Amino acid sequence: MNSDKILKRVLFFSSLVIILIAAAMVFSLFKGSLPSISKFGWRFLISDQWDPTQGSENYGALLFIVGTILTSVLALVIAIPLAFCTSLFVAEYFRGTKLASIVGTLVDLLAGIPSIIYGLWGFYILCPLVVEAGLSPQGFGVFTSALILAIMIVPYATSLSNTTIAMVPNDLKEAAYALGATRLEVIRTVILPNARSGMTASYILAFGRAIGETLAVTMLIGNENAIPHGLFSTGNTMASVIANQFGEASGLQLSALIELALLLFVITTIINAIGKYIIKKMG
Amino acid sequence: MINTKENTTTPVMSIEDISISYGDDKYAVKHVSAEIEAHSITAIMGPSGCGKTTLLRAINRMHELYPNISTEGKILLGGDNIYEMPTMNLRRKIGMVFQRPNPFPTLSIYDNVIAGYRLNGIRMKKQERDEIVEKSLRDVALWDEVKDTLHSKGNFLSGGQQQRLCLARTIAFRPKVILLDEPTSALDPISTSKIEDLLVELKKDYTIIMVTHNMSQAARISDKSMFMYLGELVEYDNTKKMFTTPTDPRTEAYLTGKFG
Amino acid sequence: MDNIINIGKTAGLLSSIGYRKAKNNIFKILVMVFSFLTISMVFLIIGTLLVKGYKQINLAFFTQVAPDTFTAMMATANGEVIPGGIVNGILGSIYLVLIASVIAIPTGMVIGVYLSENSKKKYACLIRDIADVMQGVPSIVIGIIAYIWVVVPLTKGYSVLAGGVALAIMMLPLIVRSTEESLKMVPDTLKEAAIALGTPYYKVIWRVLIPTSFSGLISGILLAVSRVLGETAPLMLTTLGNPDVNWNVAKPGSAVPLLIWQFYNDPNMVNLIWSSTIFLMGFVLILNLISKWIGAKRK
Repeated sequence: MNSDKILKRVLFFSSLVIILIAAAMVFSLFKGSLPSISKFGWRFLISDQWDPTQGSENYGALLFIVGTILTSVLALVIAIPLAFCTSLFVAEYFRGTKLASIVGTLVDLLAGIPSIIYGLWGFYILCPLVVEAGLSPQGFGVFTSALILAIMIVPYATSLSNTTIAMVPNDLKEAAYALGATRLEVIRTVILPNARSGMTASYILAFGRAIGETLAVTMLIGNENAIPHGLFSTGNTMASVIANQFGEASGLQLSALIELALLLFVITTIINAIGKYIIKKMG
Repeated sequence: MINTKENTTTPVMSIEDISISYGDDKYAVKHVSAEIEAHSITAIMGPSGCGKTTLLRAINRMHELYPNISTEGKILLGGDNIYEMPTMNLRRKIGMVFQRPNPFPTLSIYDNVIAGYRLNGIRMKKQERDEIVEKSLRDVALWDEVKDTLHSKGNFLSGGQQQRLCLARTIAFRPKVILLDEPTSALDPISTSKIEDLLVELKKDYTIIMVTHNMSQAARISDKSMFMYLGELVEYDNTKKMFTTPTDPRTEAYLTGKFG
Repeated sequence: MDNIINIGKTAGLLSSIGYRKAKNNIFKILVMVFSFLTISMVFLIIGTLLVKGYKQINLAFFTQVAPDTFTAMMATANGEVIPGGIVNGILGSIYLVLIASVIAIPTGMVIGVYLSENSKKKYACLIRDIADVMQGVPSIVIGIIAYIWVVVPLTKGYSVLAGGVALAIMMLPLIVRSTEESLKMVPDTLKEAAIALGTPYYKVIWRVLIPTSFSGLISGILLAVSRVLGETAPLMLTTLGNPDVNWNVAKPGSAVPLLIWQFYNDPNMVNLIWSSTIFLMGFVLILNLISKWIGAKRK
């Protein structure tokens, strides 16, 4: 066998590694959740009980599913206008200028800031502000977490949007300008329709990020096992409850936490798959 | 023939000492003055980089989309300086067709034709819209080809059909002047000749100014020709005269294929 | 037919021009305000760290291990700077990243080469999709995976190795995709020229592809390192933390983000939070910027 063939085999077999890892991840999560799955079945998804008391253990994920969706959706709602404007700034209004590249780099830096630093900043700066504004007594809660999450996901929501906005053919923009359109009208009638799917995809991917984000949320959401009843009430997300309880958990509780992780894995994978599918369809 | 000659002597637009520079004092167009006659086709020719496209775009101020541009001089349209009008108004009076066909891919054929109205936020009754669409498409000889598919997107159209759709989009607004930037350079010979016939037809209603790389096209359809070289307007005359007896040696060199 | 566009309509149009222009300008201002708001967060966050933490930064900070809670409490009570530093965390972080790199970089690069060489195959698309899915898996889930794979069966307890594996799983898809992207930018003609000279395939990769895309590869590696360096959640489930410097892969180790987490949870240590955070942030951002700079220089 010649060297080329050996090389091709080596490359091919190494590519199997990533499939194995991914498959093993699913397998391990599933195996770890089995005790919980066999005990609670589908009830796990719809029960709002999370009771680790010995003897009367009972676990359901509903509290955390609701908490996760609430914070992530709110974060996305806050992040979209920020991301949308930043993308237009970088890829349309100041396209190709130094200013645009500085703004682009700064937004990318937001993605580089570790989660724990966002958490600290939220805890020491944002929470007191929320308290001062009289919005909530301790400053923790869904709103505070969502605000920080929003900032964290803006770079994910902008990067792909920037590319798709910049890819809108100049011909089309010129055609609209030549018909007397203002820049806003060009954005509305030419840029947005042409960049829509890319922008949607980037917001979906950003949403996926928000759902799995752990530490910043753990530090800010208040960690209360209750369904949040308002923007400023406390709660818990799937990720935050894992971070909080995993260290001390064992037995059925550990298995329930792993099942939460499995759920988180499935949800983020589905969301990412939708995002990627839209991108692929764009070609 | 004699009749149309008489018609073509009224100037609809006068370009007065236009100079255009990019940022660091590099002039793309230098002191160009010319009167454009109504109901005529004026061709602007010259080697690449001579400033012909910049001059054309200066007529509806599309050149202002380039960064760091500055313009001196004025262009009068019916007595008004276009540099003192809102661009939105100006561009409705002076339409433009581009080098590559660029219908809006997200809009239907129908919506493409009235895109100018939609962009400018003009509301009309459906009947009015239908009339404008039909008339504009008939004017560009596209009606029969697309009348059954008006509400589907135009991406199945051929290049030549797309370019005619763009022309329809431009004339839907009834502009005074139509600017064309090498409108046939991306098309095959048959589509090209269709567009050329159309332009000759359209000059009854409009004044047409076109940039062309193609000398024989200028000779075939234009009434007057400009020859530009290094940003200067070297020669501006009746096309027939310029092609037979050019006065400037540079024009002659260009027309005989010495450069460009 | 010819006068379907009547004059009255044009007059109505003219009056709306001011309105349209105003809308246009208001929107532009909106765009600028929101963009400014977004980027101001970078300055707000870094500014907060610098203002709150500069006092605590001194030589000892980089040479001594973290103090215990009692020492910290006494120092705070006496109004002194808390003694000690975060050297256990710094060395621990470097150790973790090294372990993760040793696992993830070679594997990821080989897979990346495979993808760029077979980019059109269905199977390659599958690999690419899997890498993308892995990139989207929340870091806490990766932490649990490393816990199940390493902490429970191998090291029978929290360990540096488990943390390294967790970070490696996070780095792997980043390395795979960045390798593929930078190799794809090598012009085919260059490869063909080498192949035409009868060069064996592995030499083409080793001598042509990798050197030409070297800066892209480095840039991708630095970016991946900067991403995992600040990870906290997966380390909480795997390496746990350690008050001392530890080089034993089978024992718990420390890391800067873990120390910050520990300081955050201990009221006596609060003053150490900000200086450690400055350090972590500086480290991460510098790597990030270098990676960007190398990446930009290529283009």
